[in-house]
Amino acid sequence: MVNQDNDNDPRLVAFENKVAADQRIEPKDWIPDAFRKTVLRQMSQHAHSEVIGMQPEGNWITRAPTLRRKLILLAKIQDEGGHGLYLYSAAETLGTSREEMVKALHEGKAKYASIFNYPALTWADMGAIGWLVDGAAIVNQVSLQRTSYGPYARAMVRICKEESFHQRQGYESIMALAQGSKEQKEMAQDALDRWWWPSLMMFGPHDSDSAHSGRSMHWKLKRESNDVLRQRFVDQTVPQAKFLGLEIPDPDLRWNEGSGRHDFGEIDWDEFQRVIHGDGPCNRQRLSHHVQAHEDGRWVRDAMRAYESKRQARQVA
Amino acid sequence: MRANKTDLVNYCIALGDDSLTLGHRLSEWSSNAPFLEEDLALTNVALDFIGRARMFYAYAADLEGGERTEDDIAYLRDCREYRNLLINELPNGDFAMTMARQLLVDVYDLGFFTELAQSGDANLVAIAAKSIKECRYHLRRSEEWVKRLGDGTTESHQRVQDAFKQLWGYCPELFEMPEREQRLLGEGIAVDRRTLKKNWESVVHKVLKEATLDIPDNSWAISGGRDGIHTEHLGYLLAELQFLQRAYPGQQW
Repeated sequence: MVNQDNDNDPRLVAFENKVAADQRIEPKDWIPDAFRKTVLRQMSQHAHSEVIGMQPEGNWITRAPTLRRKLILLAKIQDEGGHGLYLYSAAETLGTSREEMVKALHEGKAKYASIFNYPALTWADMGAIGWLVDGAAIVNQVSLQRTSYGPYARAMVRICKEESFHQRQGYESIMALAQGSKEQKEMAQDALDRWWWPSLMMFGPHDSDSAHSGRSMHWKLKRESNDVLRQRFVDQTVPQAKFLGLEIPDPDLRWNEGSGRHDFGEIDWDEFQRVIHGDGPCNRQRLSHHVQAHEDGRWVRDAMRAYESKRQARQVA
Repeated sequence: MRANKTDLVNYCIALGDDSLTLGHRLSEWSSNAPFLEEDLALTNVALDFIGRARMFYAYAADLEGGERTEDDIAYLRDCREYRNLLINELPNGDFAMTMARQLLVDVYDLGFFTELAQSGDANLVAIAAKSIKECRYHLRRSEEWVKRLGDGTTESHQRVQDAFKQLWGYCPELFEMPEREQRLLGEGIAVDRRTLKKNWESVVHKVLKEATLDIPDNSWAISGGRDGIHTEHLGYLLAELQFLQRAYPGQQW
């Protein structure tokens, strides 16, 4: 068999040297199978997250409270879909087609970010998702701009620019509520209450429990650890919540003068595991929605192909 | 004010309603399209229509002298006060229905806005100029899709043929001129929609023919949108659209 990883393989030595020298790995480079699988898992998961992430926000497109908010939300969701597209394309450089990646998603073999398995119940959730979920995503993605796989790193640079725009829009949207009527302020606080902990979960398990972290760090696919990134997110978000006059739902949250960081409470890891393993509030809904749209569109895709082959046949004739 | 101000305000609101209801329908495709690229393209078109609605409403609000905002106009009128042409409010149906409607409306819109660009009202001319560019792109898409579906598989042919049959009776309304539009026509402001019909028919028939589709017969026609006589579907559309403004009146978002 070709390409089976072997410590003495000179190609493997060259690969390891390149990673150690902080050089980007490109599609033309030889890569070990395990590296290919890891990058593909991460990139396809990221692409699926962008696409599945269209659903909770899509839930509010037709109900947005003003035409301006509606346009912003629609454009944002469109951006997420666009991120999905270029992440799929970037992942295809690893030799797996988008169709195969989508099939793996539908079969439950590929995952997407667990955060999207929570329901978007009120308009304030649109602000909270932009502020917290995109905010957490950016912390992770800024770090990934230096990831060792070239196509992924370049996709991240582009995505980060748009994401930080979304985050500012989300913050501005929840600020309008926080500064609004009593009902609106309650709506904003309730959204923060529901999205805070799932946002912290986005960074994954503690470093000590993270199954894939060690190897990903060694290959420089991952540049900073889950706990480091999570801490950065908490430190940047606490003052933002304060500015809004909203309270973060964590009684253990306090500034630690000694460490110069915020201490915060423990995540409910049982909930984390439950949602990751498919039993969150919306896991079944999100996946079946995606499957349904894909199935409903089959006759359209078939028609496209049939038309295209007829057209080509006519050109030949 | 040259023209009857109320007529002009109502004209802008009716044109805004056309755009908003169709934009709303198209936005419902988000995360439901047959594939990701098409999802983004449908959203693009939805954004154009909703953006256009904003321009018309903002102009209407401006003409009224600031009593209402664009959002008041969109969110605080009930079914009977909406003035859109009925075809725009119909549910999406399947992808064939959506694209068939789009072709019928896109051909109409291109003709309409080309004429509106000759209006005596500078603001309408500006909105028309922007819309013409969008209409060209929309029409390229819907024309291509109708051909693909019509001349694709047996199933797609059947679906899109049925869609045109379902929609056909809503087309005559596009070319009717209610009295208040006729008054504005006399002022050199409104488009004479009656004159758009001939070219519309010739373009639509040509596309249907290339798509190997039959032209449905003209045995029925339903209208009333410009008088606020709608289909039952509009009430549900507005219930969704207006939910927050109705549930939490008078707040800033």
